[in-house]
Amino acid sequence: MSINSIRDTFFEECEDLLDALIEGLAEMSGGSYEGETVHAVFRAVHSIKGGAGAFGLNQLVGFAHTFETVLDRVRSDQLEVDPELMRVLQRAGDHLSDLVEANRIASEVDEGTHASLLQALNGFLGIDPADGEDGGQEEEFVFEALALDLDLQDDIGGQTDGYEIRFSPNPALYANGHEPLLIFEALAGLGSLEVAANTTDLAPFADLDWKAPKTDWIIRLRSSEPEHLIDEVFEFVEGLCELSIEAIQTDPPEEAAADVPDLDDAAPDGGADPTPPAAASAPAEEAVKVVDLAALRTSPADAEKKQEPKAANGPRPTLRVDLERVDRLINTVGELIINQAVISQRIEEIGLPSGSGLSTELEDYKLLAREIQEGVMAIRAQPVKPLFQRMSRIVREASDATGKAARLVTEGEGTEVDKTVVERLADPLTHMIRNAIDHGLEGPEQRARAGKDAVGTIRLAAFHRSGSVLIEITDDGAGLDRDRILETAVSKGLVPAEAELAPGEIDNLLFMPGFSTAKEVSNLSGRGVGMDVVKTAISSLGGRVTITSRAGEGTTFSIVLPLTLAVMDGMVVKVAGQTMVVPISSIIETIRPGPDELHRFGVDGWLLSIRGSYVPIIDVATSLGRGVPDADVRDQVLLLIQTEGQSHCALAVNGISDQRQVVIKSLEGNYGHIPGVSAATILGDGKIALIIDPDAVVANSSAALRRVSDPRPEKEIANGAAG
Amino acid sequence: MKPKVLAIDDSRTIRELLRVSLEGAGFEVTSAEDGVDGVSRFPDVAPDVVITDINMPNMDGFGVIDAIRKGAVNSTVPILVLTTESAPELKARAREAGATGWIVKPFDDTSLISVLKRVSGA
Repeated sequence: MSINSIRDTFFEECEDLLDALIEGLAEMSGGSYEGETVHAVFRAVHSIKGGAGAFGLNQLVGFAHTFETVLDRVRSDQLEVDPELMRVLQRAGDHLSDLVEANRIASEVDEGTHASLLQALNGFLGIDPADGEDGGQEEEFVFEALALDLDLQDDIGGQTDGYEIRFSPNPALYANGHEPLLIFEALAGLGSLEVAANTTDLAPFADLDWKAPKTDWIIRLRSSEPEHLIDEVFEFVEGLCELSIEAIQTDPPEEAAADVPDLDDAAPDGGADPTPPAAASAPAEEAVKVVDLAALRTSPADAEKKQEPKAANGPRPTLRVDLERVDRLINTVGELIINQAVISQRIEEIGLPSGSGLSTELEDYKLLAREIQEGVMAIRAQPVKPLFQRMSRIVREASDATGKAARLVTEGEGTEVDKTVVERLADPLTHMIRNAIDHGLEGPEQRARAGKDAVGTIRLAAFHRSGSVLIEITDDGAGLDRDRILETAVSKGLVPAEAELAPGEIDNLLFMPGFSTAKEVSNLSGRGVGMDVVKTAISSLGGRVTITSRAGEGTTFSIVLPLTLAVMDGMVVKVAGQTMVVPISSIIETIRPGPDELHRFGVDGWLLSIRGSYVPIIDVATSLGRGVPDADVRDQVLLLIQTEGQSHCALAVNGISDQRQVVIKSLEGNYGHIPGVSAATILGDGKIALIIDPDAVVANSSAALRRVSDPRPEKEIANGAAG
Repeated sequence: MKPKVLAIDDSRTIRELLRVSLEGAGFEVTSAEDGVDGVSRFPDVAPDVVITDINMPNMDGFGVIDAIRKGAVNSTVPILVLTTESAPELKARAREAGATGWIVKPFDDTSLISVLKRVSGA
């Protein structure tokens, strides 16, 4: 693994850490300042700093350091979280995320924001901004420079020939996993070494306490190295032993043995008995050996015992897998589903007697294949939580830009959606939330007049509904101003001036390309992105978006998305002699209408009366341009669906043949876009079937209706539909 | 036989960096992602040296030292603490808990290996 791939790992990890950071900050702003929440936020920033340091990303390290210091004060209760600090922390979180991204793509962050946030953070640390923007960091440098000065003084006075080191370990030294022998070896690397052990206090072998062998040493090191290198060797044992290091100006005697007897002088206060040790007369070389064998090789480090692991109460174990592998598996499982359908069909064609038992097993096979498929899909499923939490930043920024106070409330964060859906929802959601604040929420005075809380609420909710995922963006603003929307649409030539549209239809004008209601271009508008882009993005995920709005109460945008992008439940139908598939998720019910439920309307239009309201009937074949002129609607089967405008429609097809799971194969990638068709699939008989996009079919034919009908009955249709 | 290192850090980046550095220097590396994970791997790995981060979820570095020095494991294996801070009080606290030494992040390979050899003799 190269350093570059570790760098990639770092940025990948940063994504997770930033998610955790944002989550923690959201919890903190919700009022949870203590315990694990603040720790988690601190850890996230700390880990980013640690990783960034490894790659020399100094600006990131510097900012994370200051950020972390503030968080450390918060978690140790030295700093109280007030709304102002919370605001700065959240902005610091946003900025940290920008810094990570800037470092990832090697670009720059906004200097002004960087400096002002550092200043704000330092302000909470009581660091005077006049000290410079990196107050905390400079302190460290000053500290290190000081340490260096001391070393230099040592060096100046350090014209030495060697050192005499008296070393007497406390029991704690052994307990902390130190080996005197290793220290001697490290010293030996600095020059020639003579070591003598004082073993007077060493108990007889039978009574030896291996945790605290009472031995101390006098070490003579012949070396011209500066003293700080000697200090460094003892760095880790400082405080765990009695230690004196003295520079010797004269050459040590040739015979180490002659020098050893004054060991009694070396005995530290309350230390070893000042009697010359037995080993004292041994030559230095040998002394090391004696120490080596007698005391050190039986040192505590070798005394580890195997123990049963403690019960681990950590997070559930996870496995990181390359996405490509998962997708390959999903594809293969898709093929398996198709293959299973083919086999089922072949067996059916053979016409085996029903008692053969094969059909039961075939049914098991089908169930198992489906289980495998669901299991594989679950691998790609991710909770929407990180996505939702990222939106709190959008709310903050939009709120700042418009001067409208807003809070984000989220629901159903645990709802799981396909990874790609989560990723591709970020842009549409961002845009819709900006819109909700910019256009949805009223200004402060207007809210006050309406008796509403000065702080507007943006509610972001996700939940599962019958095989789909529903995501709602709700504001508690004034609701859509339909008169103005219609006026704008007319003035832009999007609808004829004389058009009379149902409320739902007016709302849907927002999704038309080139539509924008902002009379004053605010900071957020004028980005060249309209709601039509949002709609396109959601359609490309196989989803759809609808609007509901109540004057004075607010507006809700609902996004319905398929759980997975690879497989769906479909109803297999016959249309103009062809087999097609309609997504089950869009079908409310299927109806075989009686004669009294059908009403002629216009030249060749039909209405279905159902539970007291009239619903337009749309012939799928006609909409797709395959219609037979005199096809009788009375022979057709109707599929009641809900369209984008929340109104109902009945799709007329020749018949229903099956309901089954189909593997979605993109049409655009293999052929091209067909209006009214969203994708294709391969059926059990190996033939290709088109998957119908009901909304597009309705849109196709309402455009056609509008062209042929006069406005009056159209209004009637709309009214009927809205009921 | 290669000397064995048990590296405990909640940061994937640091775990990878340690792995690459240490394997390159001839160590056998086992990674653990937090204190609980590290302590539970200890008996099977029977490491010659432990490297642990301080700030970790579930069980922090002090908890790791405590569990290894006392508790069920009860070992005097060398434990190196990986710290971002060079704060003396943190080092003092680590030493009090029973740490053998420390490595200050960001670390370079040479000093990492030399510290590792200094405490483990490996």
